[in-house]
Amino acid sequence: MRNMFAEALYREATKNPDIYIVVADISPVGNMAKFSSEYPERFINVGVAEQSMIGICAGLALKGCQPFAYTIATFSLYRPFEMVRDDLCYQNLPVTVVGMGAGVIYSDHGGTHHAMEDIAIAGALPNMQIVAPCDPSEVAEATRWCAHQKNGPVYLRLGKSGEPDLTRAAEPWVFGKLRALRGGSDVAILSYGVVTKTAVDLAERFAARGKSASVYSCHTLKPLDRDGIVAVLKQYEHVVVIEENVPQGGLTAQTKQLAWDIGARCRLDTFTLQDRFIHNFGRHPDMLAEHGLGLSSIAERVGLG
Amino acid sequence: MTLFGNSFNTKEARERCRRYRRRILDISQQVQALHIGSAYSCTEIVDCFYHGLMRRNPDGSSPDTFLMSKGHGCMIQYVILEEDGILGRADLDGYCKADGHLGVHPDYGTPGIAAATGSLGHGLSMACGMALAERGRKTGGTIYVVLSDGEVQEGSTWEAVLMASSLRLDNFIAAVDNNDLQSLGRTSVTHPSLYPLVDKFTAFGWEVAEVDGHNPDAIFAAVAGRRGGRPFMMVAKTTKGKGVSYMENVPIWHYRSPNPEEYRHAIDELETGR
Repeated sequence: MRNMFAEALYREATKNPDIYIVVADISPVGNMAKFSSEYPERFINVGVAEQSMIGICAGLALKGCQPFAYTIATFSLYRPFEMVRDDLCYQNLPVTVVGMGAGVIYSDHGGTHHAMEDIAIAGALPNMQIVAPCDPSEVAEATRWCAHQKNGPVYLRLGKSGEPDLTRAAEPWVFGKLRALRGGSDVAILSYGVVTKTAVDLAERFAARGKSASVYSCHTLKPLDRDGIVAVLKQYEHVVVIEENVPQGGLTAQTKQLAWDIGARCRLDTFTLQDRFIHNFGRHPDMLAEHGLGLSSIAERVGLG
Repeated sequence: MTLFGNSFNTKEARERCRRYRRRILDISQQVQALHIGSAYSCTEIVDCFYHGLMRRNPDGSSPDTFLMSKGHGCMIQYVILEEDGILGRADLDGYCKADGHLGVHPDYGTPGIAAATGSLGHGLSMACGMALAERGRKTGGTIYVVLSDGEVQEGSTWEAVLMASSLRLDNFIAAVDNNDLQSLGRTSVTHPSLYPLVDKFTAFGWEVAEVDGHNPDAIFAAVAGRRGGRPFMMVAKTTKGKGVSYMENVPIWHYRSPNPEEYRHAIDELETGR
């Protein structure tokens, strides 16, 4: 995902001299090296100084530029939180805060590097928009959109590298709208970000049992496509939500609330990171499994045991 | 574009500053409290930036930008913007009132206000971004910032000090309003090792000058005479509450309005120059 982000941003930067990227000692490879060598004055490395990263982006935006702040998710959102809130959200500036390696992707780095509650935190901020692409091609779409939008700040939640393509047969990407990745009539699975791969795998498990399952990428977490989710809750008998975020403040919490509000009658199974720090190390799938987001455990709990 | 500085006149600056203090005193009678001591402390600095150093286009706008990083001192900026016709009298009459739009801290969207500040330690980084944008567009615009000395205790301020230096932002002029007071006492007592400030900014690669922050001539000369090529920091030695004897260096005047008797006393002092 980060390489696709770098490629998409480089392409936009060649067309728009107001695009800046301000990084905090972490930089995507590939085309970002081209960006920094061709446009050194628009590639700013603040070093390990994330508060300054956000403040500088705010200042650039106050002068009409279109800046991106980029580092690991915990350091782009948590460390400079008040700058994100006051400088970007309060002033409603079109700055994209890129949170790379969000969720528990930095699995073996320990809890200091896990952005488990970033959707809840970013979602609590007035004016903040949140986009969490599920695969590299959605990253390209989202990055292009971020480079052009003037609504206000965006939290762009990325994975890291090696994510598979999940959207080859999908509907077109539209900001703020659910995107069907595959169609089905018995079950709908809602997800976003890297863990959407688990949703696609789960759909295959349903298919193997003779049930057809839709998978939707809820790439825009804020503003959430409430109408789209309501339609899903009404259309399907069984809805599953899988997200790599704590139970509070994310897609699960909001889907449950919508289901209550409309008196939904479907079965609703939700799977999230747990509301606790897990002091385990290992690969990303190991961490997801520890949190109860492993494919087998989810399959069992949705009746595919 | 003309340099206002060519015609900067100390006597006129002193008269303007007396007027500004008087206007702030009048506004103090409309509200229960305001940061009067903090505004009086940086009156000459902000006046010199606006009327001595920032350039003016023929239409009255400026290619330069002023950012009040010590947002709580913004009353001095409000009265300057009023006198310069950017804010109206009604705007200031509505200060902190339900139907007004000027608050204790400057808000983005208000005419003449470049950024929302109030939480300390944000202004210098935003100013870095602004200076970068001006440099990128080759506009020649310079960013002027006023910091408080309490604000210099914020880690984020030092991130920005590093950045402005590493980026060699030569269109960046900042002043620390060094009145040596914060809410609970002397800043130099809270953090003795932060002083002398000049040495710290010099060590970080800034061009630095220490001046009497109530002497318009000294402020103007320090900035106008800078060597350039780097960001410039003026450590301005000031007195909190400057201009009204009973307010000077008395912490309670950080955030308080004079009662009617105190008001009359202050007016007398300002009118007679003591």
